[in-house]
Amino acid sequence: MSTAKRPPLPVILLANDLLDGEVVFWTGTHWSPEPKDARIAHDDASATALEGAAAKALSANVVVDAYLVDITTDANGHGVPNHYREKIKTEGPSVRRDLGKQAGLYNIVRSGT
Amino acid sequence: MYRYDEFDARLVRERVAQFRDQVARRLDGSLSEDEFKPLRLKNGVYLQLHAYMLRIAVPYGTLSSRQLRQLALIGEKYDRGYGHFTTRTNMQFNWPRLRDVPEILDLLADVEMHCIQTSGNCIRNVTADHFAGIAADEIEDPRPTAELIRQWSSLHPEFDYLPRKFKIAVTGAEHDRAVVRAHDIGLRILRNAKGEIGYEVMVGGGLGRTPMIAKTIRSFLPKADLLAYLEAVLRVYNLEGRRDNKYKARVKIMVHEIGAEEFARRVEAEFARLDGPAIAADPEEVARIAAYFASPAYETLPARASGFEAAKAENRAFATWASVNLFTHKVPGYAAAVISLKGIGDAPGDITSAQMRVVADLAETYSLDELRITHAQNIVLPYVKKDDLFVVSQTLVEVGLATANAGLITDIIACPGLDYCSLATARSIPIAQALAHRFADEKRQLEIGELNIKISGCINACGHHHVGHIGILGLEKSGQESYQITLGGDATETAAIGEILGPGVPADDVPDAIERIVSVYLAQRTSGETFIEAVRRLGLAPFKAAFLEKTHAPA
Amino acid sequence: MPLLDRNGSKLDDWTISEDGTADAPRILVAFEHLKDALAGNGRGRRIGVAIANTVKADALAPFLNDIDLVSIAFPAYGDGRGFSIAKQLRHAGFKGTLRAAGPLIADQFAYALACGFDEIDLPQAQAARQPVEQWVHAAASISNTYQRGFGAENILDARHAARLARK
Repeated sequence: MSTAKRPPLPVILLANDLLDGEVVFWTGTHWSPEPKDARIAHDDASATALEGAAAKALSANVVVDAYLVDITTDANGHGVPNHYREKIKTEGPSVRRDLGKQAGLYNIVRSGT
Repeated sequence: MYRYDEFDARLVRERVAQFRDQVARRLDGSLSEDEFKPLRLKNGVYLQLHAYMLRIAVPYGTLSSRQLRQLALIGEKYDRGYGHFTTRTNMQFNWPRLRDVPEILDLLADVEMHCIQTSGNCIRNVTADHFAGIAADEIEDPRPTAELIRQWSSLHPEFDYLPRKFKIAVTGAEHDRAVVRAHDIGLRILRNAKGEIGYEVMVGGGLGRTPMIAKTIRSFLPKADLLAYLEAVLRVYNLEGRRDNKYKARVKIMVHEIGAEEFARRVEAEFARLDGPAIAADPEEVARIAAYFASPAYETLPARASGFEAAKAENRAFATWASVNLFTHKVPGYAAAVISLKGIGDAPGDITSAQMRVVADLAETYSLDELRITHAQNIVLPYVKKDDLFVVSQTLVEVGLATANAGLITDIIACPGLDYCSLATARSIPIAQALAHRFADEKRQLEIGELNIKISGCINACGHHHVGHIGILGLEKSGQESYQITLGGDATETAAIGEILGPGVPADDVPDAIERIVSVYLAQRTSGETFIEAVRRLGLAPFKAAFLEKTHAPA
Repeated sequence: MPLLDRNGSKLDDWTISEDGTADAPRILVAFEHLKDALAGNGRGRRIGVAIANTVKADALAPFLNDIDLVSIAFPAYGDGRGFSIAKQLRHAGFKGTLRAAGPLIADQFAYALACGFDEIDLPQAQAARQPVEQWVHAAASISNTYQRGFGAENILDARHAARLARK
């Protein structure tokens, strides 16, 4: 992924797990299926670190479709995507609140490293 | 319906083993993601928003009870207990894990099914008229042709890396129920002056970014020449179709750029060169396939079914369902029943595993073990005796599948949209749900009559919005979902692309906007005139005026 | 670059000589120099030609009896034009060696062979990731397919034979 497409800060890094497809978030040390675990980059240096983590995980065949997402922090300090697409991606289908992360349902067998 | 022989079965099993091996090579790094992606796509595996998605081929929309039960099992065991029927009559599961896909493919192979070429830049699942074999206006059943093409196009060594996807549809009837003019190749079975059966070949249709209606390049192709002619079309396209721009790579753009006549000339030149008889299936093979689609052993029944008439007289809900959801069968005493997957508030085309089992049981008991999936995302029981219809409908009522709206305003086609799809620019399902609630009243729906609303969540047009009487396209406008409305599309033999009424509207305003359009029709229609007929007669202007007029106070 | 055929790795005994001037027993020349190379070929060299996948099979037709190898470029593995060109050249009667040159993947090997190719000329990086065993394995993963005129065995002919045997 290229820095040219970097969205405005602050950002988080998300991807899909290669084997399971689950949306996963980079915590700074590993990939977690929980949006609240996402490491938030507030400055360019941290965003660059996220990009480095993405490149490493892509080449290690751990995740696919990794990219940065611009967010706003909520009252708990968790990142909430600004765009409706990424919001749906981190929650689950808006027409099935009983499915996906919003319902505590995860598709992941192992979490990547 | 068609049954696999040892060769079909082996090919599908070997394909599963091949995919298992491809996944292993992806994990060990032999295949990069860029290399693996087309391979998984050609086995129906997409990466969607929340998870992988698996698209299973339902060739020309025909399913057996056993196959539907297997889909129900897969839905429960590997998914979330439901599946989604698409406008290309395939079934999609929204939550499978890549690691489980080889196992799922094995389960599909157990019931003679597969996911081969349900995506990717290759020849896709062939579709046909869902009333094939039972429609009175049929010249010949299109399914033997579709099955022959399915086999010929599967793993075709020359045409698996085309410039872009390639879709073929076949109709055997006067009335086009397969939207053949919106396909890369549309085939219409017809009879020439000598009484011989052949095909009208149409090329270059398609929806998506640049919607086009297919042009006829051969008005009569003898049946025996079919495969060689298809090979000629595909070769011209493979060699000369554009590969410089993904959005200009469909054959429709090539046909448009060089003209249908020139395209036909190149195809005929290639066709003349090919060794046709060496490519064609021998007549015994054609007959072997056709035999699977021979008319079933119908009973001799009176045209007027007394039990059916009595049930209608006694039960108004049944009478309404029967007046809306039945299709006239060519054999007296029988009917084809449409099971609507458009219950008010439901996601169009979605069906639970429990519902699948009930429908499978109904098909086994009352419809010679066969079902059809329609491009309108509904199911058809094709061979029901009229006197059995009441029992069938009562069972459907129990599982919420007896909505009487086939062809009406709430029988809405919608793609999964941004709730699932990673390509989508806006959601589709919530729009369909809001419209269904708005027009839920049964009496009003009947009063409005036949009206097709089709919704796509992006320009790729999986929801066929261009050919909806009313089309709705979800886009993004300044970070918000915005819906563009088109009018006057037509998916039948009089195919037409709808015209845009005006600027996009936010999701909340869509029901009011549709309401205003429908009001113009109700106010200005002549006796017996359908919505689309009125649009053709009146032109866009009165609808456009109504669409643009705000009926609600600005926020 | 690494070369392989249906039996595995293969030594490339062709010398690339775009303008056809190299003094070698087998030279692979660019399409635009083919005519000259053939005209000046008094030394009994074998001549092959390397073409882009935009060159029409018809343009090669006059030379097919005089050349021993045609190498068709695959600029990307997703660009399948080469399959059709190979098919057309075989149909036109070309009996020499057909080579697919470019970043193909092992899973395309069977298709390439069926369309008339004999060998694959792979970039080094591709060959390193996808060892030759994977290619040989992939080539045999589907026993027969439906299409007539692509390789020896196909399902239509097998069914035909089975019908005859039953009679």
